[in-house]
Amino acid sequence: MIDLQNVSVSFGERTVLHDISLSLAERRIAIIGANGSGKSTFARLLNGLALPTSGDVLVDGLNTRKKGRDVRRKVGFVFQNPDNQIVMPVVEEDLAFGMKNLEFSKADIATKTDEILARYNMSDLREHPAHLLSGGQKQLLAISGVLVMTPDILVMDEPTTLLDLRNKRRIARAVAALDQMVITVTHDLDLIADYDRVIVIDEGQIFADGAPKEVIPAYERLMA
Amino acid sequence: MLDLYSPGTSLLHRLPPAAKMLAMLIGATLLFLNESLPITVAATLGILALYPIAQLTLKQAFAQIRPLLIIFVLFFAVQWYFSGLELAAYVVLRLTALILLASLVTLTTRSSDMIDTMTRGLRHLKPLGVNPEKVSLAISLALRFIPVLAQITREVREAQKTRGLERSVIAVAMPMAIRAIKMADDISDAIDSRGYRS
Repeated sequence: MIDLQNVSVSFGERTVLHDISLSLAERRIAIIGANGSGKSTFARLLNGLALPTSGDVLVDGLNTRKKGRDVRRKVGFVFQNPDNQIVMPVVEEDLAFGMKNLEFSKADIATKTDEILARYNMSDLREHPAHLLSGGQKQLLAISGVLVMTPDILVMDEPTTLLDLRNKRRIARAVAALDQMVITVTHDLDLIADYDRVIVIDEGQIFADGAPKEVIPAYERLMA
Repeated sequence: MLDLYSPGTSLLHRLPPAAKMLAMLIGATLLFLNESLPITVAATLGILALYPIAQLTLKQAFAQIRPLLIIFVLFFAVQWYFSGLELAAYVVLRLTALILLASLVTLTTRSSDMIDTMTRGLRHLKPLGVNPEKVSLAISLALRFIPVLAQITREVREAQKTRGLERSVIAVAMPMAIRAIKMADDISDAIDSRGYRS
């Protein structure tokens, strides 16, 4: 469960998020909004990559301001561009990167690497150079690199923006099958049609919050 | 060099990374100390002969030196003009042998194994203030992002060409620098969010 308590974020003179208070507990939550509305900043608050200028963000009671590393252990983050998230030159090395940081045993690293590669049909790519993967494969590797760290919550910032339709559907299926709580920032309304909750952010404030069938039409009217 | 690891089960693949890296260090030093053209020719052929033993093709060997061909031609021309044909051949051949030797190690050794070996070696330098983990992460990032930066350069160059700038270094360098700085920010966040303890 994530609690935002009177959270505001400013960059210099510009306030990006204004006094937001809400609790996030549903299994699938989507954050939508226009470009520049503050939704990516909102996502980055959830694992402590960004800190509030005022107010607090609590993840299972841990304040992101004081317990950033523990929060990041609980909340995995998938970035929009997988090229900026894959940090090791070879697939299996990148999968191992986060696990090594969390001091998993060698046996655990090997088992989890085997499991995740098999889950996403990428076993034959184990020793493949990361820069030669397709866009969809890169995004799956980026998601896998976070999932092997066994986070309780997964935050994804526009995970399908750079993908073609086939790979969008591939990522959507992969996300649908996850046990974790998933919070997705996206413009892709098809991806979130089955979500439990959709939050619309507009000009740094919550414009709408509720079930997709009520909130998405309101968002479409706002964007018209 | 960017082809990195080529999976295989050859004797060279199975050798411990430390042994290969030490052999490379000794081989490179000997190549530098040697001043004889016939020995340099023999060394180059000897290194080339190791490629099939490592289940690598001569095409892969050529791919390692292809990006530097223009520089080799320039070196050869300058050396020939100033020092004669024999010295020009010796200098270029020695560089070729060095690159083929280094590539043989990178093609038969996983980068993670190589970095682990370097990290272990660098631990001896801890009293001098060297942080082996940081050095190994920097090397990994360099290996990972050289091809990404090359791709960005291609994209920027193509974008500039479509706007009529065929050969402007500044027109390519500025957007490249901006994208690289933005990318560095994102990578730093990605490393943080994956539990890296600096």
